[in-house]
Amino acid sequence: MKVRDLSDLAFRNLREAVLRNSLTTLGVAVGVASLVAMLSLGVGLQQLASSRLAKSGLFDSIFVTPKTNLRRPGGGPPATRTPDAKARPLDADARAEISRLPNVIEVYPQIRFFTEVRYDGKPFATMVAGMPESSKASGAFDGMQGSFFSSPNADEAILQAEFAKELDPQTTSLIGKDLVLRYAERQSLPAQPGDPAESSGGFSVVPKEKHLRIMGVVETEPASGFGGFGTGRLLIPLPLAETLRAAQVNDLRDILRDSSSDKPAYSSLTVRVKSPSLVENTEAKLKELGFSAFSLLDASKSLRIFFSVFDLLLGIFGSLALAVATLGIINTLVMAILERRREIGVLKALGAADRDVKELFFVEAGVMGLFGGMLGTLLGWLIGRSLTLGTNLYLHRQNLPGVDISSVPWWLVLGGIGFAVLVSLAAGLYPASRAARLDPVQALRYE
Amino acid sequence: MTQLPPAIHLASVSRHYVMGESVIRAVHEVSLSVPSGEFLALLGSSGSGKSTLLNLIAGLDRPSSGAVIAYGQDLSKMSSLELARYRRQAVGMVFQSFNLLPRMTLEENVELPLRLAEVDRSERAARVREALERVKLEKRIGHRPSELSGGEQQRTAIARALVNRPRILLADEPTGNLDSATGESILTLLREIQKNPGMTIVMVTHERTLAERFADRLAVMGDGKLVSNGAPR
Repeated sequence: MKVRDLSDLAFRNLREAVLRNSLTTLGVAVGVASLVAMLSLGVGLQQLASSRLAKSGLFDSIFVTPKTNLRRPGGGPPATRTPDAKARPLDADARAEISRLPNVIEVYPQIRFFTEVRYDGKPFATMVAGMPESSKASGAFDGMQGSFFSSPNADEAILQAEFAKELDPQTTSLIGKDLVLRYAERQSLPAQPGDPAESSGGFSVVPKEKHLRIMGVVETEPASGFGGFGTGRLLIPLPLAETLRAAQVNDLRDILRDSSSDKPAYSSLTVRVKSPSLVENTEAKLKELGFSAFSLLDASKSLRIFFSVFDLLLGIFGSLALAVATLGIINTLVMAILERRREIGVLKALGAADRDVKELFFVEAGVMGLFGGMLGTLLGWLIGRSLTLGTNLYLHRQNLPGVDISSVPWWLVLGGIGFAVLVSLAAGLYPASRAARLDPVQALRYE
Repeated sequence: MTQLPPAIHLASVSRHYVMGESVIRAVHEVSLSVPSGEFLALLGSSGSGKSTLLNLIAGLDRPSSGAVIAYGQDLSKMSSLELARYRRQAVGMVFQSFNLLPRMTLEENVELPLRLAEVDRSERAARVREALERVKLEKRIGHRPSELSGGEQQRTAIARALVNRPRILLADEPTGNLDSATGESILTLLREIQKNPGMTIVMVTHERTLAERFADRLAVMGDGKLVSNGAPR
């Protein structure tokens, strides 16, 4: 029989026992709904976790340091480490080279320095941290008071909440006001004649002042790299921080190490790549360039493994309902064979081949699966939405920002429907072959 | 005058059923030829094996031994797919209880064999109408079987049997559920259909008088065997 005739007859048969077939279809729908709801929860939680972590910049960042030795080769007692031939300084050239690597979005140094802030005529000692432009998207500035820096070079500051309270308990009143940053500027000294040629000339420290406008107040400093979480209490744009050339904690150590270049060297650089999956590759390339590199990739790997197992378990629980629905389809179709015995006999007498009868039952099972799958996916999505809604209501009461804990991506929609059709066809296998094997002479005699 | 080859030829056909330890010989060693264009009535009391023989000719059942040959083809050697094609193309069947599908209209019932034979959709409506016109039911095309009388239902079944233009029409007690006047009209209709060149009709019945009036030849069965085989008059 042609497909169109087959589906015509199948739909007609389904309509004739509309209550029973609808209930069976509903059974499939409930099964699919539980599966889709469970998986949407799994996918949603995974997306939530990975987006939070990705936003934090921890999993797409590589922390680069120079491979310098603490001892100068040949100087002092016998060297415990041999010099690395590939070791090279982490200077502006190196930074430019790294930023040219494929998939690298940005390369920035960590700039942190102690300073004294004057506000309202009173001094406050604190730590300044330079914020790269990308930190705006890190999630740490979501829900902040005021706003982010107006431009990467603006003379503006964002205060950490605790520090802001020290300046003025009414933190909102700080926004728009000015403060004075007093810091030590590093000025390089020319090399002294008679010094070893490779040695730099050291630097002098000169006190300077900078007026900054307070743009906002934020709960915590974003995790902008490794080694300095939450210590910055006065956040300024990173390009601005670089132009200040403020003396940093590491400077003294750096001056004691040799530096053959007269360009300023960085103690460390943070390299951000397009996605966490590119970290491993880029990390290897950075090592090839002669730097030490470190990332938190392993942590994200175990996170992925955890969610794979989590999804699997949710899928298994969700499938249980679908297994019950499968029995429902088998039952409905076996009942239909009993009921339509005579009709099957007539069809065979009129020339229907076993295959035609089998296909007819198969299509009926498939149609129930298709409708059940579509309805079930919709139901599953609704369950996911209501779980999200409930969670957000709870979070809202706790004064926390809302989250999306369920997600139904396209693959889950198509997969849910496809799975329902497949399961239904499998369920139709036995009834269909039983109907096809029916002896027409016996079937025609059946009253 | 040259003898036409038989439309149906049965050569020592048996159909035995094994029920536990006993063997039921529903049809035993029956040999019979039906020439093309003949109207044969198969008579016998109930349980004589006439319906089993008809099912063997229809390709709905297979003989335990012997050969059922229709237009030169041995049905006993056909695969089930080939038998289905034979039923679809060469045979039309009419039953005592009509066997129309109750939830379909007359049009849909008559169209069913055309669907199975994968006849083009554009052709179907005309073929259905033609078949219904032949049994004079074209005005009831949209009705359901339950809205018709017994005679009309049987005429619909005849239209359904004819719509695929078969060469053999098999009727199993077509008048069994009808009053005598309606039964007569059905047989008159079958007789008209037989006028089509080459249309062979085999009818199973237990109504001897009707059979004698309408059929070309009577074959009488008893206990699974062919008892007599000859012209009615």
